Amino acid sequence: MVTDTHAAAAAHSPDGHAEHSLLHHHFDDLDQQRECNSLAMWSFLATEAMMFGGLFFAYSLYRFLFPGAFYVGSHHLNIWLGTANTFVLLFSSLTMALAVHSASVRNKRRLITCLALTWILGAAFIGIKGIEWTADYHEGLVPAFGGWHYYDEPGSVDELIKNHTNPHQVMMYFVVYFCMTGLHAIHMVVGLILVGTFMWLGNKGIFTNGNDQPVEIAGLYWHFVDIIWVFLFPLLYLIAGFPIFNRGGR
Amino acid sequence: MAEHSTTTHGHAEGHGEHHVVPIPLYLRVFTALMVLLVVTLLAAAFDLGEWNLVIAMTIAVAKALLIVLYFMHLRWSSQIVRVFAGAALFWLSILFVLTLQDFLTRQGSLFPR
Repeated sequence: MVTDTHAAAAAHSPDGHAEHSLLHHHFDDLDQQRECNSLAMWSFLATEAMMFGGLFFAYSLYRFLFPGAFYVGSHHLNIWLGTANTFVLLFSSLTMALAVHSASVRNKRRLITCLALTWILGAAFIGIKGIEWTADYHEGLVPAFGGWHYYDEPGSVDELIKNHTNPHQVMMYFVVYFCMTGLHAIHMVVGLILVGTFMWLGNKGIFTNGNDQPVEIAGLYWHFVDIIWVFLFPLLYLIAGFPIFNRGGR
Repeated sequence: MAEHSTTTHGHAEGHGEHHVVPIPLYLRVFTALMVLLVVTLLAAAFDLGEWNLVIAMTIAVAKALLIVLYFMHLRWSSQIVRVFAGAALFWLSILFVLTLQDFLTRQGSLFPR
């Protein structure tokens, strides 16, 4: 009985019997299956939003409590590298979207090219982030591993007095900064593993035979991680302004 | 939208998951994201007080919407998927509104400065 319904539904699917094998036995038809797969990924992304939400809340509260410290902390970040990373990540979202398009039109070569570009851009993001973190460490701005000696830096006392803050509050900014960018970077590494695996699997042609949805779902994850950065960039880097015109010298 | 009707591959509305978004639309969305990135940097170059944060967040939300609606295909997704995406925002708003109404209304120095 169940098998009959299943077979009938598969036969009525728009792409005919060629995609029959893509339909898992517990779904009525391919549309239902796609919908269910998509919904599962969105559910997961909702839990991800909750996890990052906790950090965004911590950010909001401490920025409200220590506005001067957040100004000082933000001033110590490299806004050019932050901007470059925003560009890199937005561009990788485009290449990921094009990878999804390539899979749906069954263009294997373009799929692999787009996934490779996405991987390279994602790796470039991690590389730039690594350069930033190394610079932060040498500036004594890492509140762990003995990397915190901000107070010894020349000019730090003047900076603190001018902005009505103290080193503990500035340290709090960097705790929030490293937790948020760190959790985001972990997600990027997971994304790189995912995209790398998809290049390997995609090269076997399994996503360009009508089974394009896994690429779309991996894309959802990649875009979500991109969105997190879209919020992190202005919140962490732009507090002290963009150093052209009049706001660089404070 | 014109792009929508020309590229649905004959699928019924509501089963938008299999929708193939045309490449020019992706390129336009990417261009818009780049423009917004430049605008957010320019806005940060001026000292506008509290408005700097408001403008930066408005632009970030606009960017996120472009990514969600077009790159993540929410524009062509079914109602239940939209409900799930909205639920994430709704629960985030609970986290922010209910917790902040506690912290922001406290008297005295809970946090030594």
